[in-house]
Amino acid sequence: MSADTETIDRFVAQEYKWGFYTDIEADTLPPGLDEDVVRHISTKKNEPEWLLEWRLKAFRHWETMKEPHWPQVKYDTIDYQAVSYYSSPGAKDKDRPKSLDEVDPKLLETYEKLGVPLHERERLAGVAVDAVFDSISVGTTHKEELAKHGVIFCSFSEAVQEYPELIKKYLGTVVPYTDNFFATLNSAVFSDGSFVYIPKGVRCPLELSTYFRINAAETGQFERTLIIADEGSHVSYLEGCTAPMRDENQLHAAVVELVALGDAEIKYSTVQNWYPGDEDGNGGIYNFVTKRGICKGARSKICWTQVETGSAITWKYPSVILRGDDSVGEFYSVALANLAQQADTGTKMIHLGKNTRSTVISKGISAGKGQNSYRGLVQMGKNATNARNYTQCDSLLIGSRCGAHTFPYIEVKNPSAQVEHEATTSKIGEDQIFYCNARGIETQDAVNMIVNGFCKEVFRELPMEFAMEAQALMDVSLEGSVG
Amino acid sequence: MKMLEIKNLKAGVEGKEILKGIDLTINAGEVHAIMGPNGSGKSTLAQVLAGRDAFDVGEGSVTFNGQDLLELAPEVRVREGLFLAFQYPVEIPGVNTTYFLRAAVNAVREHHGEAALNAVDFLKLMRQKINLLELDESLLKRSVNEGFSGGEKKRAEILQMALLNPAMAVLDETDSGLDIDALKVVANGVNTLKRADNAQLIITHYQRLLDYIVPDFVHVLYDGRIVKSGGKELALELEEKGYDWITSGELQTA
Repeated sequence: MSADTETIDRFVAQEYKWGFYTDIEADTLPPGLDEDVVRHISTKKNEPEWLLEWRLKAFRHWETMKEPHWPQVKYDTIDYQAVSYYSSPGAKDKDRPKSLDEVDPKLLETYEKLGVPLHERERLAGVAVDAVFDSISVGTTHKEELAKHGVIFCSFSEAVQEYPELIKKYLGTVVPYTDNFFATLNSAVFSDGSFVYIPKGVRCPLELSTYFRINAAETGQFERTLIIADEGSHVSYLEGCTAPMRDENQLHAAVVELVALGDAEIKYSTVQNWYPGDEDGNGGIYNFVTKRGICKGARSKICWTQVETGSAITWKYPSVILRGDDSVGEFYSVALANLAQQADTGTKMIHLGKNTRSTVISKGISAGKGQNSYRGLVQMGKNATNARNYTQCDSLLIGSRCGAHTFPYIEVKNPSAQVEHEATTSKIGEDQIFYCNARGIETQDAVNMIVNGFCKEVFRELPMEFAMEAQALMDVSLEGSVG
Repeated sequence: MKMLEIKNLKAGVEGKEILKGIDLTINAGEVHAIMGPNGSGKSTLAQVLAGRDAFDVGEGSVTFNGQDLLELAPEVRVREGLFLAFQYPVEIPGVNTTYFLRAAVNAVREHHGEAALNAVDFLKLMRQKINLLELDESLLKRSVNEGFSGGEKKRAEILQMALLNPAMAVLDETDSGLDIDALKVVANGVNTLKRADNAQLIITHYQRLLDYIVPDFVHVLYDGRIVKSGGKELALELEEKGYDWITSGELQTA
């Protein structure tokens, strides 16, 4: 038997169980990006003139911007002209399906394989699902039941047609089209995504969920999600994502905007499992996402929970602007960087209102050659009297070839504000594994046990149905991470 | 009946030989004590028996209940009934003690084709064993060994031993870091677990644990070899004369 460290150091490629490809006819734009592409997407979607103008403004602004290189991640320059910006399953001349009955059986099969059945008889109880395949939404379940409560849950494209006044009122109000390179690109070419509106005083009776699937090759996915919780309403929303295994990298640049009016609460959970690439860093998704919510009204609350196990590179900072007095922002994150994955993720808590409170719990796990960075900003504005923040950043290292980094930024402009930051780094040691072994527990089970223990505080923030899934996903993603 | 038979066992780490040929046979129903000065190889022997792969086994054989122990993975050794109580129990933050203990008990049960215990049945079993060791139940709600005092850690080790009910228990300096009250509790636990069909190997630096656990045989380990064996009176002699008595070299020629 060789030295101790080798037990933990030897990493083998994990099996990515969602890496299959659905062979389906698709209407895909040739690679490349110019104003015509933006117009083409807008026309495909039969959009009103004002929305096309908004896209074009974004595109023109994007052309003046430079790709950001401040994150702690490394990758080859992306050729934005080599990406296709639109791909819709189904033949060119066909309209998009009106209901789930008209959806191509191959698509339904795909979602079934992913564990998200869309059929009436098999669909998930208690969860309404919007399924997005490449650039379009293939259908939304439980629509009628939601309608009874006045809840709107549909694809973004449908919302543009059916509820243009809501879109016009809120689109870009949290993440303006000038915000950052990737958000601006998204604003120009976004294809589909989900739209949610919860009316005043309504507690959404179901969990809402969007399942994003990238299928086509050399295609980017640019979805846009907008959730509006009107006064006193409550909604819990979950997104999941997977993609086929491919040798080349694919770009995913989404934007999510959340608006919570007075006394409203939005809980947004993500289980991100895009293809991570292989152990040498070939392939995988570039997950460059802008997520931000605004607690607009007093006593409103936004809670982000994310479990990030996939993607070659993750670059995202789900943030909360705490404008309403007494509003609350929370961020719970587990980010795994295994194989050659890189994650630069964290949050921004922008305290503007009085007595605003925020909590940040970040758990970074690094294994293999993974590099994991927490980057977070806590800003206390000059009117944020008695605002409070508590941040806890924990890193767990498995093996000796990975890395963990923490970049906290704190800006306080109000003397009564309180900011607390705690950080720890630990390593799953040989002695811990051996101790478990000596109690009859196998090495892989020991690692899973330790990792799940480490993530517990975050997992318990997930809706019940998904907490189990997240734990199982974490186990699978670490499979083979120890020899 | 022979339970554990160690023959000419040589082991070391990074090319340095620590165990230089150990011979030891332990039968069912026996309690053996291994004593020796620091650096004599006591803990190495315990770790090699439990299967720590940091140590390279050179020569020799270890047979446990008729099986080649050295061929078995560490987790299989304990499932087969060879248990090590650690000198320095490891802290595992975030992993609940009760959860951990149940995983351990069920791993052993499943190995023997028995059904896994559900949470309720497991708690019943655990309560029985806790009373035996006068352990504070609140410890079980905390993470494994995290923030436990030295005495609590050692008692938790004996609790694990009680739960896993091994045929052969190796206690590696379980007395170190214990005050006299904790020592009595631990010894009492060990004595209670003793039966005609199991055996114990107690590794200790000091004689005082042997005031409470009476061994059938005492062996003196020095420089990787067992240099003297005898009955319980040997321990008293060691206490009186100190290890210099052995290290001075008289013994080898005696």
